[in-house]
Amino acid sequence: MLEITGIHAGYGQMAVLRGIDMRIGPGEIVALLGSNGVGKTTLNNVISGFIVPSAGEVRFDGERLTGRRPREIVAMGIAQVPEGRKVFPNLTVAENLELGAFRRAGARKRQNFDRICAIFPRLSERLEQLAGTLSGGEQQMLAIGRGLMSEPRLLILDEPSLGLSPLLVEEMFALVTRINAEGVAVLLVEQNVMQSLGVAGRAYVLEQGQLVMQGTAAEMLADPKLRQAYLGL
Amino acid sequence: MSSLILPAVLNGLTMGAVYALIALGLTLIYGVLHIINFAHGSLLMLGLYAAYFLFSYLGIDPYLAIIFVVPAFFVLGYLLQRVVIAPMSAGSEQNVLLVTLALSLVIDNLALFFWTSNTRTVDIPYAWDTVEVLGAYLTKGRVIAFFAALLVAGLMWLFMTRTRTGSAIRAVAIEKRGAEIVGIDVNHTYALTFGIGTACVALAACLLLPTFYATPQVGYTFVLVAFTTVVMGGMGSLPGALVAGLALGVIEALGGLFLGESLGQIGIFVAFILTLLFRPAGLLGRKPT
Repeated sequence: MLEITGIHAGYGQMAVLRGIDMRIGPGEIVALLGSNGVGKTTLNNVISGFIVPSAGEVRFDGERLTGRRPREIVAMGIAQVPEGRKVFPNLTVAENLELGAFRRAGARKRQNFDRICAIFPRLSERLEQLAGTLSGGEQQMLAIGRGLMSEPRLLILDEPSLGLSPLLVEEMFALVTRINAEGVAVLLVEQNVMQSLGVAGRAYVLEQGQLVMQGTAAEMLADPKLRQAYLGL
Repeated sequence: MSSLILPAVLNGLTMGAVYALIALGLTLIYGVLHIINFAHGSLLMLGLYAAYFLFSYLGIDPYLAIIFVVPAFFVLGYLLQRVVIAPMSAGSEQNVLLVTLALSLVIDNLALFFWTSNTRTVDIPYAWDTVEVLGAYLTKGRVIAFFAALLVAGLMWLFMTRTRTGSAIRAVAIEKRGAEIVGIDVNHTYALTFGIGTACVALAACLLLPTFYATPQVGYTFVLVAFTTVVMGGMGSLPGALVAGLALGVIEALGGLFLGESLGQIGIFVAFILTLLFRPAGLLGRKPT
């Protein structure tokens, strides 16, 4: 469904991604693992259209995404839940969710709204509250809910567990499985290796702008190199 | 003396509503684009001339001219932002300041060049009719302006809070990246906002002309009060602009009553300084977080 080939990208003279090849199939959960500053968010921004790569291309269902604007990419069915959530603090929870359907699935806004309220009961209790007054975990839920309002076929979650309590992290990963069960492919960009591999079917490991490891989650968990580098085992 | 206070207050309210309408456009632009539009007064001046020429050449009543001038100025504002301000400022807020200032200088001087500094007025006798309100006699043109300004403030509030585009504008105002992520066209939204702000000032111009005049410098008369209104109400706050505009109109009228007509504006600036001393974020402004 999503095919990334030979992506090079960076900021000005600084190269961040140096030849990335990656693939996400329909209905898959794919984890993109790596520590801080290796280029995970940059790759995410290349897919979402915020950064134009210097070489390589991204295709979605065979259609070229590279060079398209973020809003066109949203309209094609890729939703991003960004690092830092980026919810609208001055708008209510309900308004935040409604804006999620700004570019896509506007006709089914009502049904999707109800569906998302059912997934996130805590949000549905706070629909009239300003998003800026929510806790970090609730804002993360809201950012995901907003992403789902566009009925994405691919949902990109950038560090969804960042800054959440262990209990909430657990809940977050359970949620990823639940969203995926409804047929949405998920790209999970994470530092939390153990839990990501628990829900993902396949995974890639990014180091210094290059993919250094890839395979099914089971293979990765069994890989002594990964266990040593990321799990300290 | 006390018999003069009520008429002064009511007259002040009618003027204040026009201040509010001008400030509404300014505060909207500031709140969303985070730019101080120095060209706002020049756009008001252009609006006054537009209404004046429609009247003097085509005989169109300034109140009727609203249906032509306001949409035309919406388009003008949209294009100004899209074609002039955004490209020339290249994303830097200091540049925007210079661009809008330059724009106002260019517009004002072109007006002076083409239209001379003669004071232009329209002759619409019924606008000077008086109506009795609570025992005070008010100019009909001012009363019309008052209700029209309140109506527009109300409509604008509904637009901003009840429509999809209004939500998008509020979203872009505070979380640009988040807005792009949900697929909002940020540049279009900026231009739309600038267009709405310009339409507000054009409406104020049409409401003002029957009881006021047009000169190339007329913008200055209002823009200083409009900036004061915006800051006093809380920068970017629409209800704040309305409350502060009405308050300043009343303060100016009372100042004029007690200190003499030419000193009326002293009251405005005293009130302004006091507001800043005790509520630095403005009457209805949110404290920066």
